[in-house]
Amino acid sequence: MPPERRAWEPDLLKCRSHSWTRFYGPDKTMRIRKLNIWGWVWVTAGVLYFFVPLIATFEFSLRAKKGTLSLLAYQRVLEDPQFWRTFGFSVSMGVVTILASLILIAPTAYWIRLRLPRLRPVVEFITLMPFVVPAIVLVFGLIRLYSGKPFALTNTVVGTDMLLVAGYMVLALPYMYRAVDTGLAAIDVRTLTEAAQSLGAGWGTILFRVVFPNLRAALLSGAFLTFAMVIGEFTIASFLVGMNAFGPYMSQVGQNKAYESSSLAIISFALTWALMGLIQFFNRGAPEQGQMGGAR
Amino acid sequence: MSSSSSTLLASGARRPKPATRFSWAWLGVVPFFAFATLFLFLPSFVLFVGSFQDAKGNFTLANIAGLFTPSILSAYWITIRISAVTAVAGGLFGFFLAYAGVMSGLPRWVRTSMLTFAGVASNFAGVPLAFAFIATLGRLGLVTVLLRDVFHINIYQGGFNLYGFLGLSLTYMYFQFPLMVLIITPALEGLRRDWREAAENLGATQWQYWRYVALPILLPSLLGTMILLFGNAFGAYATALALTGGMINLVTILIGSQIKGDVLHNVGLGYALALGMVVVMAVSMAGYYVLRRRSERWMRN
Repeated sequence: MPPERRAWEPDLLKCRSHSWTRFYGPDKTMRIRKLNIWGWVWVTAGVLYFFVPLIATFEFSLRAKKGTLSLLAYQRVLEDPQFWRTFGFSVSMGVVTILASLILIAPTAYWIRLRLPRLRPVVEFITLMPFVVPAIVLVFGLIRLYSGKPFALTNTVVGTDMLLVAGYMVLALPYMYRAVDTGLAAIDVRTLTEAAQSLGAGWGTILFRVVFPNLRAALLSGAFLTFAMVIGEFTIASFLVGMNAFGPYMSQVGQNKAYESSSLAIISFALTWALMGLIQFFNRGAPEQGQMGGAR
Repeated sequence: MSSSSSTLLASGARRPKPATRFSWAWLGVVPFFAFATLFLFLPSFVLFVGSFQDAKGNFTLANIAGLFTPSILSAYWITIRISAVTAVAGGLFGFFLAYAGVMSGLPRWVRTSMLTFAGVASNFAGVPLAFAFIATLGRLGLVTVLLRDVFHINIYQGGFNLYGFLGLSLTYMYFQFPLMVLIITPALEGLRRDWREAAENLGATQWQYWRYVALPILLPSLLGTMILLFGNAFGAYATALALTGGMINLVTILIGSQIKGDVLHNVGLGYALALGMVVVMAVSMAGYYVLRRRSERWMRN
């Protein structure tokens, strides 16, 4: 046995025993227990911050009838034709935004990965631009640009709705692009494309029957996130379509009806919850991706 | 196009000499760039140009100079303060919460449900969030009434006001700290076990591990995310308007009233106001970008 090894062995042993006591010794267990208490403290604080406003809102929404708890506020809201009209409008705007965003972004992200990887930083930069231009500034610019000549989009109902959808598409750009790009990163775009091509598929077949089905989870989570953002959106809607959209409607209810506004908050919270739940449901097993919305 | 030609194109792109044959591949991204130009760049450009024009369309710096008047500076200052306070406080709270949920050995379901709640809460902003906080901390809110009747603490007599700085900050925190949780959790999970074990084998204490290993690695993502939170609060309009009814002097609310009717009595000054917001956001996003680059260095697997 060479002498160097003898000199080296006790060191290793010492090292091992050292980490052994650190792992299982009394010192470590105590530390874990202490950490656990702090862990629970922070988690409890988080739970309180999250739930207390919800409980307060829910309790408040039940007090529409004096002296007793009732669902009167919900009944009033759901019987209001304005509620259904504005909600329907925002749902349809959300659906149009999602479809238009997908048609614009999914093929672009795919094409960038396949053919123009050098443009990727540029496109990524553009998709992050909405973080630099807040919604209030965006709608300001859109109105100034498209309300006068030569476009005059805001003079017609269809034109205004188009402008609204375009604004929402811009707001959704970072989330949609990220969702699609994360999905694309998980599949081998080039091989899939070439395999499809060698079997004689055209571009339509490749996109709609090969690539997009593989991106289903990513596309769906992008879609739900966009929907959650559009449905109660206030800033852009209030300046373009005013009381036609759900966000401005909620805001108007809040100005004069306390109980109804609380029930609206609970309804829209339940909606957000459902959409985030759907994202998680479709993302099972897939790499985790964003559920991050923007500022409103 | 056949597969052989597509591989040819790809290998051609890697050569230092530019491809001699003209490629039509760029046509595929024309719709995207057209959209971005029409609905993102041109509207911003209109505001940019307008900030440097007077009423007759001549070039002027008077609008930019007009930003440096007390009333407008105070609007920027309040907005920046609220954004910074909620970014730092929300960031720290979110960080500790994420750490507790991921690292401190709590059961696995804590982590899962924490991420779910964070996803919901960070998307629950705007008008309904304002309603929720009015029902909680408003004059007749549940917490206000509970504190008054059970603990005999009248927070409104104590100077608290939901429609002021503190109230708005508490409301913003509701979407700020969950966003931190969502972004920092992957970074925390990227802290490799080997690093801690290596540090412990070298005899480092818990404090030394944090001071010299974990924190330097996490710091760029921590600061970067706080900058993101700053921008998140800086651009918020609906929450503040629904909560305060426009009574608080934020830049976004000022721009909102300027769009509805020329409250500043100067169209160009309104544009300059928007430009100032974009500049603040651009500076913070540049900071975020630099920090993200730094944090990614350690996050490769």
